[in-house]
Amino acid sequence: MNAVIFLVILGGALGFVIALAAKAFAVKTDPRVEEVEELLPQANCGACGYAGCAEFARALVEGEATPENCPVSSPDEVQQIASVLGVSLGERLEKVAVVRCGGDNRLANWNANYNGILDCRSANLVAGGTKACQYGCLGLGTCARACPFDAIEITPHGLAVVHPDVCTGCGKCVAACPRNLIELVPKDAPLHNLCNNPEKGAQSRKVCDVSCIACQKCVKSAEEGQMYMDGFIARVNYENPPSADLAEVCPTKCLQPSLLVKQSMPALEHREEAQQEEEVANA
Amino acid sequence: MPKQAKFHGGIHPPEAKVTGAFEIQTAPLLETYVVPLQQHIGAPCNVLVKKKDTVRRGQLIAEPGGFVSAGIHAPTSGTISAVTTCTGPAGASVPAVELTSDGDDTPDDTLTPMDDWQNSAPDDLKKRIADAGIVGMGGAAFPTHVKLSPPPAKPIDLLVINGVECEPCLTADHRLMLEDPDKVLTGTQIIARILGCKKVIIGIENNKPDAIELMQTKAEKLEMEVAPLKVRYPQGAEKQLIYAVSGRRVPTGGLPMDVGAVVQNVGTAAAVAEAVLDGKPLYERITTITGTPVVKPGNWRLRVGTPLEAALTLAKGVHNDPAKIIFGGPMMGLAVYSLDVPIIKSTSGILLLNSDETSEFTSGPCIGCGQCVDVCPMNIMPGTLSVQIENERFDLAEAWHAMDCIECGCCAYMCPTYRPLVHHLKRAKAEIVARRKAEQNK
Amino acid sequence: MAEETVKLPNPSSLVVSSSPHIHQPQNARRVMLTVVLALLPACVAGVYFFGWPALRVILVTSIACIAFEAFFCKLFKRPNAIGDFSALLTGILLGMNLSAATPWWVCVIGALLAIGLGKQLYGGLGYNIFNPALVGRVGLLIAFPKLMTTWVTPTPGNFLPDAVTTATPLDLASQGTINADYFNYFVGNMGGCIGETSAAALLLGGVVLVYFGYIRWQVPTAYITTLALITWGVHLANPATTPTPLFHILTGGLMIGAIFMATDMVTSPMTKLGAVVFGIGCGVVTCVIRVWGNYPEGVSFAILFMNALVPLINRYTATRPFGLATRNREANA
Repeated sequence: MNAVIFLVILGGALGFVIALAAKAFAVKTDPRVEEVEELLPQANCGACGYAGCAEFARALVEGEATPENCPVSSPDEVQQIASVLGVSLGERLEKVAVVRCGGDNRLANWNANYNGILDCRSANLVAGGTKACQYGCLGLGTCARACPFDAIEITPHGLAVVHPDVCTGCGKCVAACPRNLIELVPKDAPLHNLCNNPEKGAQSRKVCDVSCIACQKCVKSAEEGQMYMDGFIARVNYENPPSADLAEVCPTKCLQPSLLVKQSMPALEHREEAQQEEEVANA
Repeated sequence: MPKQAKFHGGIHPPEAKVTGAFEIQTAPLLETYVVPLQQHIGAPCNVLVKKKDTVRRGQLIAEPGGFVSAGIHAPTSGTISAVTTCTGPAGASVPAVELTSDGDDTPDDTLTPMDDWQNSAPDDLKKRIADAGIVGMGGAAFPTHVKLSPPPAKPIDLLVINGVECEPCLTADHRLMLEDPDKVLTGTQIIARILGCKKVIIGIENNKPDAIELMQTKAEKLEMEVAPLKVRYPQGAEKQLIYAVSGRRVPTGGLPMDVGAVVQNVGTAAAVAEAVLDGKPLYERITTITGTPVVKPGNWRLRVGTPLEAALTLAKGVHNDPAKIIFGGPMMGLAVYSLDVPIIKSTSGILLLNSDETSEFTSGPCIGCGQCVDVCPMNIMPGTLSVQIENERFDLAEAWHAMDCIECGCCAYMCPTYRPLVHHLKRAKAEIVARRKAEQNK
Repeated sequence: MAEETVKLPNPSSLVVSSSPHIHQPQNARRVMLTVVLALLPACVAGVYFFGWPALRVILVTSIACIAFEAFFCKLFKRPNAIGDFSALLTGILLGMNLSAATPWWVCVIGALLAIGLGKQLYGGLGYNIFNPALVGRVGLLIAFPKLMTTWVTPTPGNFLPDAVTTATPLDLASQGTINADYFNYFVGNMGGCIGETSAAALLLGGVVLVYFGYIRWQVPTAYITTLALITWGVHLANPATTPTPLFHILTGGLMIGAIFMATDMVTSPMTKLGAVVFGIGCGVVTCVIRVWGNYPEGVSFAILFMNALVPLINRYTATRPFGLATRNREANA
C-alpha cells in the first residue's frame, strides 16, 4: 500500500516538474511551419536549395523563399501553400526533365569495350567514355541514381529515359549528367530534339543513326520562331513549340516526343524498314 | 654519394624492358601527320594556319593560349590539308591540323642556334624554351618554361634530372641516355643556368647499369652527381624522386619548388639542348613501341602527329589482336581505342597488351586487407577512400586526403579483389576540384 | 618483291579502362585458398588427436557453410560467391573452433549463424563487421553452453569412433588445478577445440601466411605479447594460484585466435599501426576475461569485441600522407 502511495506522489511531483519545464523552456514555433511542411512533398530532394522540406517550410514562413521554389509541388499544392502563407503567386510552368539523346546501343556506335566503374561520371574520365558520340548518353545510370523520385529508367539497351508523369522537374539529374544532356522543359512540350551532338551532320551521322544532322528541314517546315538552329543542332523553341506533326519531316527521327510517351523508337523502326526494303530489292 | 631515402610503399612489377638493347631508329617521313593542338597541361593553343597554307618543318602552327601553354610546331614541311579534330590519347576529341608532307622536309629558320648559350641571359634561354614549345616529356606534359620560372620567393638550389624510367616496359629514356648523353647533359647545364642552381643530381634506377656508368663518367667532369637508385615503382614520380635523392619532402598540395627543387626528365633536357644549340623546336620525340603482340618492338624517333597506325606499321604490326593499346607505360598510361590517335609530345611509349597480360577490374568488395595502404607512395588509404567514393561521399574523401593521390596505380596493382582504385580516385579528384571551383565562384 | 603485309590490331576488340593496366598475379580467391592450406596442419593435428569425430565436425561445418553461402547469395540476389573460398574458410575455422564431440546438427546451426548472421546479413564478404566463424562459435556457446563445453580426451593416433570426455587445461585452471604440461600443450595433446590445441601446427600455418604477406604479423605478435605481459604480472603477484604466461599462450584458443581469427582481413584494421592497437586490445580483453571473468576462455569474445572497434581504430590510425608533417611543421614555425 505504501508503495502505491509513494509512486503516486512521486509521479505527481515529477509530472509537475515536467509541466513547469515545458512552460519555462518552450520553443516558440510558428504553427504555420508545420502546416506548410505537411503540404510539401516530403521527398527531401533538396531541389529548392534547402536541406529538406522542413527547412524549406521554415524558410517559406520566414519569407526567405517563395512557394514556387519547390519545383516538385504541383501548381495546386503551390497555390495551397501560398494561401496558407497569404502571399500571391506568379504563373508557374510545370517542368519535366528530358534526356536529349535517343541513341541507344542499337542505334549509336561504341568505340571500345569499357572496363571500369559502372557510373557515367567515372566512365567519362576514361578515354572520354567509350560511346563513339562524345555527347551521347552513356547509359550507366548516374542520373537514375540521382533521381529522388525514381523517374529515370535505363532501358535494356542502355539509354536513360525520363518518365514525364513521375518526373517533378527537381533538376537533380541535370547536375548529375557528365555530358549535360538533361534539360528541364515544359511538361506539355510536344517535341524535343533528342540529339545534342554539336558537330557537323556528316560527323554526327558517322557515330549515331539517330543524330541531328543539321539538315534544317524542321526549321524550314515549322512556323517562324518555333524551331531554331544552335550551331549544328536544331532546337525547339519551348516558348512557342511546334506541333507534334513536325516529327514527320525529320530524316533521322531525332526530333521526337519523349521516348516514353510514344513507347517506341521511330529511328529503329525506320532503319528496320529500310533494311527490309533493301532485302526485298536484293531478292 | 647523396643521401638516399626510401619513400613509403611502392611496388616492383615485372620490368619487361625488352627494348632496352635496341638502338633508336628514326622513322621515315610520312605522307600525312595529324597534329593535335592541345598537347600539354594548360591553356589550349590558338591555331595560326588555315587550309591550303604551306608550312616548313618547325614552323609555329599554333601559338600558346596563355603563359601556362606551349606552342605547336609543324613536324615537317608541306601543306595544311585540313583544320579538323582528332581523337586524342585521352579519348576526347581535340582540335587538330592535318598536314600533308611535300617530301622535302624543308626546315624553318625562325629559331637560330644560340651557340654562345653559356653567356646568354637566363631569360633569353627561357624564352627560347617557350618558343620551342617544350613540355615535360616524362608524361605529364607540363610546359617546361613555366616550371623554370619559380617565383623569387622560392629559390631553387637543387635540380633533379629524372632518368629513372620506373614504368615497366618503357626504354625511351634509357636509350636516350646511352646514345646521346652529351645532349642530355648540355640540356641539364642550360636548365641549371636558367635556374641559377649549382647542385644537380641525375637519378637513374640501377636496372640500367650501362646508363649509370656512362652518365657517371660524363657527369663527373661537369660536377654533377649521378644517383643510382634501387628499382622501385614509382621512383620517377616527382615527389618520390626528390625524396629518394635528397631526403626532402614536398609538402602535401605543394610543388617541388616549395623545397627548392625542380625535376626535369632526361628527354626534356635533351629537347632543351636541341632548342638552344640547334634552334630546333619540339616536334619529335623518342617513343618505345613494345608489347608481346608487337612483331618488332623497338625505340623510335617519331614526329609529333604520327598516327598510331603508322607507328605500328613501323613495328611491323602485330602477331595477334591485342586487348589493349596504351599510350605511355602500363602503370599510368592511357588506353586508346582508335588507330588514328596521334603521337604527341608526351607519348613516351606505345604498349600493346594481350588479354592475359592486362587486368580486368571488377566491382568486388573491399576486403580490408590493407595492401593498398602498404604500397601507397603517398601514404594515403586508397581502399577506404574507394568505399567512400562509391557512396559518393566526396567530402569524406577530401578529408581522407584523396587530393594527395598521384594516380601511380600501386594500389590497384595490388588489390586482391581487382577494384578500380585509381579510377575511383580520379573521379573523386575531379569532383573535389569541381566543388572547390563552385565554392570559389559563390 | 611483293609488299609485305603488316597486320594491324583490330580496334573493335580493344578494351579501355583506367590505369594501371597490369596486375600482380594474386586475387582474393588465391589468398583464401592459401589460408585454407595454412590451416591444414592444425586440421591434421586435430584429427590425429581427436580421431574421426573431429574430421566429421570439420566436414559438416565446411559443407554447411558453403551450402548456406550459396543459399543466401541466391536469396539476396547476389552473385554466387562460393568460388572465392571464403565460405570454405569460414566453415573450416568454425569446425576447428568446436569440440570433436559436437553433434552434426549443432554444427549446421553454427554454420547458419556464421554465414547468415555473421556475413550475408551485412552484405557478404567485405561488409561484415564481425568474424563470421566467431559469430557462429559464440552463438553456439551461448545457445548450447553444455554441449559446447563437452571436450574430448585426446587419443593421439588412435582413430577411435567414439569419444571420452575431459576438461581443458583452462577449465581446470579456473577450478584451481594448474598442470604445467607444456610439451603436450605445445603439440596439442590436451582437451579443447579441434583446431586450437596444437600450437605447433598453428605456428607453422602462421609462418606461411606471414611469408606470403596475407596476414599482418603485427596482430598476433601484439596480441600474444600483451597477453603474456599481463598474465606474467598477475602470475608474479600470485604465483601459487595463477598459471604462467606460457600456460596462457599454449592453452585455449589463443594461438588459433591470434593467428587465424584476429588477422581476418575484413574484420581487422587496414593500417600497420591499427593492427598493433587491435592486437593489444585483443590481448587486454582476453586477459580480463580469463583472469577476472567467469569464462575460462576469452579469445572469441575478445576478438569480437575488438572487431566492433575496427572502424574506430581505422579512423584514428589513418596514415599521414607523405609531406603532410612538413607543412604543419612549417606552419607552426
